[in-house]
Amino acid sequence: MIKVFKLPDLGEGLTESEIVAWLVAPGDEVALNQHIADVETAKAVVELPSPFAGVVSELHRPAGVVVHVGEPIVSFDVVGDADTPDAGATDADTPDAGATDAAAPAQAEKREANLVGYGPAVERGGHPQRRARPGGGAAVLASGLAVDDPAEDGSAGGQAVGDTAASVGRAAPDAGTSAVTDQVTSVDQPAVTSGADRPRSTPPVRALARDLGIDLTTVTGTGRDGLITRDDVRAHITKSVPATGLPVTTPDRSGPEAFPRETRAPIKSLRKLTAKAMVQSAFTAPHVTEFLTIDVTPTVELLDSLRADRGFADAGIGILTVVAKALCIAVGRTPAVNTRWDESAGEIVQFHYVNLGIAAATPRGLVVPNIVDADRLDLQGLAAALAELTTAARAGTTAPAALSGGTITVTNIGVFGIDAGTPILNPGEAAILAMGAIRSRPWEYRGQIALRKVLTLSLSFDHRLVDGEQGSRFLADIGTILADPARVLTMI
Amino acid sequence: MIDFSPQPVQLLSLDGERMPRPDLDPWVDDLDGLALLALYRDMVVVRRIDTEATALQRQGELGLWPPLLGQEAAQVGSARALRDDDFIFPSYRENAVAYCRGVNLTDIVKVWRGNAQSGWDPYTVNMATPAIIIGAQTLHATGWALGVQRDEVDSVAITYFGDGATSEGDVNEAMVFAASFQAPVVFFCQNNHWAISEPVGLQAHRQIADRAPGFGIPSLRIDGNDVLAVMAATRIALDRARTGGGPTFIEAVTYRMGPHTTADDPSRYRDPAELAEWKTRDPLLRLHRLLERLEVITPEVEAETQAIADAVAAELRAGCIGLADPEPLSVFDHVYTTPNATLERQRTDYAGYLTSFGSQPGEGR
Repeated sequence: MIKVFKLPDLGEGLTESEIVAWLVAPGDEVALNQHIADVETAKAVVELPSPFAGVVSELHRPAGVVVHVGEPIVSFDVVGDADTPDAGATDADTPDAGATDAAAPAQAEKREANLVGYGPAVERGGHPQRRARPGGGAAVLASGLAVDDPAEDGSAGGQAVGDTAASVGRAAPDAGTSAVTDQVTSVDQPAVTSGADRPRSTPPVRALARDLGIDLTTVTGTGRDGLITRDDVRAHITKSVPATGLPVTTPDRSGPEAFPRETRAPIKSLRKLTAKAMVQSAFTAPHVTEFLTIDVTPTVELLDSLRADRGFADAGIGILTVVAKALCIAVGRTPAVNTRWDESAGEIVQFHYVNLGIAAATPRGLVVPNIVDADRLDLQGLAAALAELTTAARAGTTAPAALSGGTITVTNIGVFGIDAGTPILNPGEAAILAMGAIRSRPWEYRGQIALRKVLTLSLSFDHRLVDGEQGSRFLADIGTILADPARVLTMI
Repeated sequence: MIDFSPQPVQLLSLDGERMPRPDLDPWVDDLDGLALLALYRDMVVVRRIDTEATALQRQGELGLWPPLLGQEAAQVGSARALRDDDFIFPSYRENAVAYCRGVNLTDIVKVWRGNAQSGWDPYTVNMATPAIIIGAQTLHATGWALGVQRDEVDSVAITYFGDGATSEGDVNEAMVFAASFQAPVVFFCQNNHWAISEPVGLQAHRQIADRAPGFGIPSLRIDGNDVLAVMAATRIALDRARTGGGPTFIEAVTYRMGPHTTADDPSRYRDPAELAEWKTRDPLLRLHRLLERLEVITPEVEAETQAIADAVAAELRAGCIGLADPEPLSVFDHVYTTPNATLERQRTDYAGYLTSFGSQPGEGR
């Protein structure tokens, strides 16, 4: 007999867990309580003991994915029943009777972890609640967003922007299968977009309608205040019902209702992780932001001359390349900006290399891949690395390794036509430099007003690690190089 | 006389050597090899129960489980010192005490499965059901003890709680009243070193046992992983209570080797070296070594003990999984001891509501 094991609530009120590793494969014989998998919840990594003695027939979800409580994860071929009475087990032919049904946590969705000391439980609590509202699922499907959903959702679980972006770059192993199933399941129930639209009825009547495959939005209520009664539902069956018997999934709506004034989308994937990383950074590291506006005409002229030079013409050296190089040089003079605050160890980590993060806007959201040992690259090397990195980021093929281990970051907001901002530090780094757009502006030049190429640099730094003096000197050094590239000779 | 020294009293070295203590020896002299083997069996079985229940939680069959791994000697040694007419007021971790008391295995787990509001009838085994409210049971124990004092019987109340509970008002109030009335109650504190994620040193700048004398209650600080020391101390405390000596406080110094509950991950706040150190003081290991010295334990006895433990675990699993879901209307049972009109109306209304899902089985699903 095949027994399906569904993911139980492994803590108190948890809604999802990540399968870290499977220790068994289909065909393996397992003993009762044999350690078959490691599963990580928001609270702990736990060892999963086999609920049956038998042979593993199928692993429903691969390692590395986040699974919702109640979803099948493994099936066993169980011979006999000596050690496993039927009551709590789940036969394959009765998938509704989940192994977790009998236990209290089956109603875990609305609960929040309430014991202290268990890490970021709150961030992981919301998803299934939305799943439970079928209308939301249908709406997502309709808007086409569901296609991206499973891949990103399946690999969520990293901690910082870097980690999570890695998962985005990764190919989705089981894209679609389970999440699409979810969506399909969810359309069993009438698609509704908000509580206000839900037809007035009672739980027993809703249950009846669901069992009969009737969309309550198509039923006219005759009870008090338009309440839909049991009889209304039964009367509706005799009227026009789609011949296939399939539930109506997208009620025909016209008029203003077709364009809801607000919609709700689950917070998840890269958005969720970016949010977490930004909150962690903004409310952990005391940020100081300084601005410096400089005349970069000499740098622009330098770029022009390089482009004219056969040896550099194809190198693709741009203003970002020069800023990156200037930053690496300036780091050498002010090492404090290239450090990390290690709170748990009570130590400050000084990096003797520069892994230069480049904030990249991609169709999936913000990722910050980094150029390893950027300080060892010359201008051409930097230009090539930048080109490679941005191409990969936009294509979503960034190697996971390139998304972690950054030490300092540059973000180019000039490409959006912006001059300055107060960037938030990539978590774990001490400084982030935002470069604005180059603009032709009237500027003081040799005692006269002249039209010059002007750029604003914005530098945020972690005041725990960097004092105003150091941050200012670092920013001034970069400005000096951009304003007069020849001054590099005084710095190296 | 009893030595109330601050050092944990030991009768059994880590190597399982019986260490003489003239003040305590008379209280455990009666334990021969077979009696010690029985204690060992209890400890092996309760550890097996604990492992099985933890597995059942991981398999979705229990909502939660508070493991007692490492505290077997403290629980078995004290529980086996009691008389049947003594009354136990436990916290939620005393599952080994419940086992020794003869509580049905399924009754132990049904609350953790979310299957019942409480597991058993306290009066059939003279043991209250687990108190989840930290320390509340100490007041119940003192109150019960005041009752038997007035009844002029020599039964004793024993209440179990942890190091964390000693910071609760309830425990302190219970000790004030117990001392005031010299109530026959034993305060049995298992100092397992961790109040969830908080180390004991944070809330106790002196030994926990030092607190009791401030209330006028003598205290004993014993090695809680030494089943003989535990039994001797409990017998002393029970004897004092029975003979009008009033309350006694026992601090059994032990260690919670597992998580606070199955929802906890101690690796996030606990140094692994600490656990490794306490593993050398494992209560089962120590008693096993003594039994080896006494040549009581043989491979056959060992296998037999393991078979008993496995059988108990299988019985626990079968009982747990076989529990029928409670009837929805049973939620109204046991709310009041006497009929209550409001509750009856609610019961009727709810029954009507349930019927409205349809008469055919499954139709309302």
